[in-house]
Amino acid sequence: MSDRPYKWTAGLAMRTAGAWFVTLLVFFPLFWLGLTAFKTELQAIAVPPLIVFAPTLENFTAVQERSDYLLYAQNSLVTSLASTLLGLAIAAPAAYSMAFFRTRRTRDILMWMLSTKMMPAVGALVPIYVIAQVTGLLDSRIALTVVFALSNLPIMVWMLYSQFRDIPNEILEAARMDGASVWDEFRQVLLPLSIGSLASTGLLCLVLSWNEAFWSLNLTAAKAGTLAALIASYSSPEGLFWAKLSAASVMAIAPIVVFGWFSQKQLVQGLTFGAVK
Amino acid sequence: MAFIELRHVEKFFGSHQAIKGIDLSIERGEFVVFVGPSGCGKSTLLRMIAGLESIDRGSLWLDGKDITALPSSKRDVAMVFQSYALYPHMDVFGNMSFALKLAQAPVSIIQEKVARAAKILGLEPYLKRTPRELSGGQRQRVAIGRAIVRAPKVFLFDEPLSNLDAALRGQTRVEIAKLHRELGATTIYVTHDQVEAMTLADRVVVLRDGRIEQVGSPLELYDRPANQFVAQFIGTPQMNMVPVDQLQGVGNLPVSHGGFVGVRPEKLALRDAGSGQVQARVELIEPLGAETLIYVSTERGTPLVARQNERTALHAGDRVGVDLDVTALHLFDATGQRVAA
Repeated sequence: MSDRPYKWTAGLAMRTAGAWFVTLLVFFPLFWLGLTAFKTELQAIAVPPLIVFAPTLENFTAVQERSDYLLYAQNSLVTSLASTLLGLAIAAPAAYSMAFFRTRRTRDILMWMLSTKMMPAVGALVPIYVIAQVTGLLDSRIALTVVFALSNLPIMVWMLYSQFRDIPNEILEAARMDGASVWDEFRQVLLPLSIGSLASTGLLCLVLSWNEAFWSLNLTAAKAGTLAALIASYSSPEGLFWAKLSAASVMAIAPIVVFGWFSQKQLVQGLTFGAVK
Repeated sequence: MAFIELRHVEKFFGSHQAIKGIDLSIERGEFVVFVGPSGCGKSTLLRMIAGLESIDRGSLWLDGKDITALPSSKRDVAMVFQSYALYPHMDVFGNMSFALKLAQAPVSIIQEKVARAAKILGLEPYLKRTPRELSGGQRQRVAIGRAIVRAPKVFLFDEPLSNLDAALRGQTRVEIAKLHRELGATTIYVTHDQVEAMTLADRVVVLRDGRIEQVGSPLELYDRPANQFVAQFIGTPQMNMVPVDQLQGVGNLPVSHGGFVGVRPEKLALRDAGSGQVQARVELIEPLGAETLIYVSTERGTPLVARQNERTALHAGDRVGVDLDVTALHLFDATGQRVAA
């Protein structure tokens, strides 16, 4: 990277303006959401829209009074963490065998796994709902944990497979020659070398599970609903209470946005398969 | 029974047969080098002995025991990889002690064995460093140290010097030879560099296309190559090969039409044009300092190279006569097999 000041050309100016435009476009809804959460309902629907106003915290207290925010937050946290751990426990050995014991069919298996992500989730709704009902797991954290883990599994296996392939096979062979069993190889050599990959894969799964709404809405009711269900509950027959809806949304996304902010380096690394160092 | 025995060992990769029925015996304490061109199967054979590749047919015996189906972790062999394959997340001490820790050896024994190996290899100042903080030569010594610490029955080296520069290669080669003398361990060493083969080996196994072409001591291979391939593989520059039809009048050569006469570059003498057994034209001179290589082309277009210890006044384009030392000719029939002189 050069320390010289930029030489402003028309092209650079246009690209910079374009980048700012896209950034503001993406960021604006979140900005407006945050702003609306601190307005009264009347201020929220004012025309023209208000940017300067006296903020209030009444919406946040109303959300907590109306529905148990802490229960929904706890459900989100538990199901996200548990599904991440479950997903890693399945994906890591799968990626290990595919990366280090490749056959002619390995690539086909990976493509098939990824192809399941191309199907809309609603296509699997009926069978999964029936399974949850028959096993008595409707409105339970266990059902959500399992469904989140399984739906994120293809991405996790792909990410770990790509990152394991960067580890030279000879290092594992050296461990084998030194007397390591498969478990020793995995635990004492592969895991320490891939802790960054596991972290970035786990982080991504955590974010995807936290934001997951479809299964949360369809498989839960009062006990196991996540924050996505909390937000959806503000869409009532009486209409949308914009201020309270915004407050509920802010309370739902704040934890994961803060978490994502602090772990953005690992997230980017995971998403770009380490291609950008 | 020999210490290591390969009995008609074969290996397939899909439909391609990489190792085609190899029989080989290696005695305890021997230093055997597998040498051959790329793709000849030398690394595959080494990996089959290590247990990193399966043996599809045949059997492998070590110290009287059939280890054909035994996993590599149980074979009591240690391997030094071409790329060193050190554990990047462990320091030098960790790398060298890993095998002993897996075997749950007492800490005092681990300390003692690692210290001894580190002393032999000059690694004592580096025990707390990670592989990233070491030079190529140091990493190679750690890889060797990792093998020594285990005191295995067999050491396997897979082109360990390929990634080192020329000066370091020479130095490390001497160290490996010294180590073998001190430890007396049975060693199998794979290389494509025949200088390593000639200088390190008790015996050399020349491989081509999954088969053994010849097994013998380095000088046996140099002086009595079994076929044209071995004759031209061993020795730098390559042995000169002249079709026998171009050498009428040069001694009584019991080689039929289609055969070849081989002569080492140091057994060619250059004379003035008009004299000598064959007339030629100088194509290229390579002064290497201690010796000079002179590339010539005969009137019939056959390229020859002569080696002499003195500098030369010849230039490219000069005409010369070439004399072949008739007592040092190697005769090969049309199939490339050696013919007794």
